[in-house]
Amino acid sequence: MKLAQAKTDAAEARVNRSDLPTGGKWANEARLAALTRLHGAGLPGRRDEYWRFTRPDDLNRADAPAADLLKTGESPVFGDLDRLKLVFVDGVLDRDQSDAMAMQHVEIETLADAAAADIHWARDIYGVLETAGQAPVERPLAALNTALAENGLVIRVTGKAPRPINLQYLRRDQCADAVVHHVIKVESGAELTLLENGPGAARLSKVAEVDIADGGIFHHVRTQGRDHQRRAHTHIFARLGKESEFKSFTLTVNGALTRNEYVITLHGDDARAHVAGACTGDGATGAFHQDDTVFIAHDAVNCESRQVYKKVLRNGATGVFQGKILVQPGAQKTDGYQISQGLLLDDDSQFLAKPELEIYADDVACSHGSTVGAIDEGAMFYLMSRGVPKSRAQELLVLAFLAEALEEIDSETIRDDIRDRLAAWVERHSG
Amino acid sequence: MLNINNLHVELEDEDKAILKGLSLTVPAGEVHAIMGPNGSGKSTMSYVLSGKGGYEVTGGTATLDGVNLLDMEPDERAAAGLFLAFQYPVEIPGVGNMTFLRTAVNCQRKARGEEELSAADFLKIIREKAKSLKIDAEMLKRPVNVGFSGGEKKRNEILQMAMLEPKMCILDETDSGLDVDAMKLVSDGVNALRDGKRSFLVITHYQRLLDHIKPDVVHIMADGRIVKSGGPDLALEVEHNGYADILAEVAA
Ligand SMILES: Nc1ncnc2c1ncn2[C@@H]1O[C@H](COP(=O)(O)OP(=O)(O)OP(=O)(O)O)[C@@H](O)[C@H]1O
Ligand SMILES: [Mg+2]
Repeated sequence: MKLAQAKTDAAEARVNRSDLPTGGKWANEARLAALTRLHGAGLPGRRDEYWRFTRPDDLNRADAPAADLLKTGESPVFGDLDRLKLVFVDGVLDRDQSDAMAMQHVEIETLADAAAADIHWARDIYGVLETAGQAPVERPLAALNTALAENGLVIRVTGKAPRPINLQYLRRDQCADAVVHHVIKVESGAELTLLENGPGAARLSKVAEVDIADGGIFHHVRTQGRDHQRRAHTHIFARLGKESEFKSFTLTVNGALTRNEYVITLHGDDARAHVAGACTGDGATGAFHQDDTVFIAHDAVNCESRQVYKKVLRNGATGVFQGKILVQPGAQKTDGYQISQGLLLDDDSQFLAKPELEIYADDVACSHGSTVGAIDEGAMFYLMSRGVPKSRAQELLVLAFLAEALEEIDSETIRDDIRDRLAAWVERHSG
Repeated sequence: MLNINNLHVELEDEDKAILKGLSLTVPAGEVHAIMGPNGSGKSTMSYVLSGKGGYEVTGGTATLDGVNLLDMEPDERAAAGLFLAFQYPVEIPGVGNMTFLRTAVNCQRKARGEEELSAADFLKIIREKAKSLKIDAEMLKRPVNVGFSGGEKKRNEILQMAMLEPKMCILDETDSGLDVDAMKLVSDGVNALRDGKRSFLVITHYQRLLDHIKPDVVHIMADGRIVKSGGPDLALEVEHNGYADILAEVAA
């Protein structure tokens, strides 16, 4: 009881720190309901099973811990692509740096504008998919986001979007605490590619609720910036209709704390959900803790899901993977696959994994695997015996290890860009 | 070229001696063959020379053109001109064969202070050499040795050798797993590299390979040392009579 009270008090303190958004119509109801959810659950605690491998303290704190701004001089990821670019600075949309919010087959509004409307389709999604995602495990920080978010985009896709939408999350303030919430609706047969890049804020809380109607396609690739001290907690809640497709890839390099959660429900028959991630962390350049927590529920017939995660860790870096496939009664012909692998470059680093399967149907094919290991000595010797120095050989093997996750990216251009950036990271952190 | 003198080697983890006073000299431009029963230490010798971990040298020396090999890292030995065609080539998922070879060639060039090969030049050279070994473009694109048949792996070893142009080539049972035609291809590949200066140490169990690659000297290795050396006839003798006679003669 005492523990529950402490968690609720913590939630109280966190909420009191911020002003609740004003000016919303239908959205206010959703926000108040989210507050109630948050109060009921309280903030996550260290004893919570779901937070066994990741300490929530820095996400719970009332103020965001400061994070130095990193100037790399590098060209931004996705910068060479023909895309519609929208820029957020410390979590706030910056219209001056952004393209016009218009594209064929796509309606884009700010969350504030949508919230101020008397009636809006987003009402059926905002906080709704998040609420559905509160079971079987509570996600109080997602409810907190729903309650507090003033910023974000509300996007409706009605046909095949001619260009990807690229959300760039830049930083200006060392201590910015950003709360961003997007709502995306992909209508029947419509198609959108969403690209996200950049660290976002000293502390970023980001929720995306993605509703994909029958036959809709949603592809998503993101990179989370290189700032060493930034913290980020993201949630993607997705609901998939019949024959729809959801694919998401995340690249995480650096960052003191990252937790990326997915809650995906395959609602219609013959739907497909693929999530993947590559992560590299080096404790020598700052604390590194990265957590991918994925929950995929099969609730229809003949659906396919895939989870592919690879983490390279060195000098005391920590990688976490919690992945669950739930097959509901009646979800026959489910094809579920999950692999998570950690490559430890020294004895100080750790990879903690909790793969889970829960199956209530009899005609399913599900497999999961998780491994943790070091560089293969045999391969290392083979490369060196051909004249490749040790550090270079290690770079090649690290990139080879990550390759399987990168293969999950459909677009060859984007895949190559991300591979090059990973190669550069690996080279910077070599030896 | 290669000078091994009274080499003693043990396994690092166990107290087990494998090479027990191995001495061998391969002069520049010559081809020497080593034959010997399974487990006599032939592969161990080739690994120790190329710098694989897990072995402890407890005595003796090994030099390449007078330079001490045993103090160098494996990549330095390669840059110094040593090459080992593995008995069991290693599969490396995720590393493209082409990337691997280009990295290797350019790392060696860099270590020797030579200019790196441009992508275009590299491509031209490798295409030519791959063709003569009947290695198609698709195989070059695949990850190193992954899904290659036994024979393809061996041909890939010879392709690497041809690209790296080492001074001293050690071939550890390169003939095993090769069909008759592939054996001819590989031998032609090796013979094409014979230029009067480059040396070869060919480890094999079969006289057949030595019909194609004519050795100057044949050594018999048993229990970690060379027990007998002779001309090409020695290989024929092994082929016909096995090792029993030779070993008995040595023991006597
Ligand atoms: N890492 C190791 N651990 C245990 N034993 C080893 C190891 N390496 C070599 N040996 C042993 O050392 C001996 C020599 O092995 P090696 O592979 O050098 O023989 P070889 O002459 O190449 O044999 P083959 O003709 O079968 O290829 C064998 O008895 C082998 O079992
Ligand atoms: Mg052998």
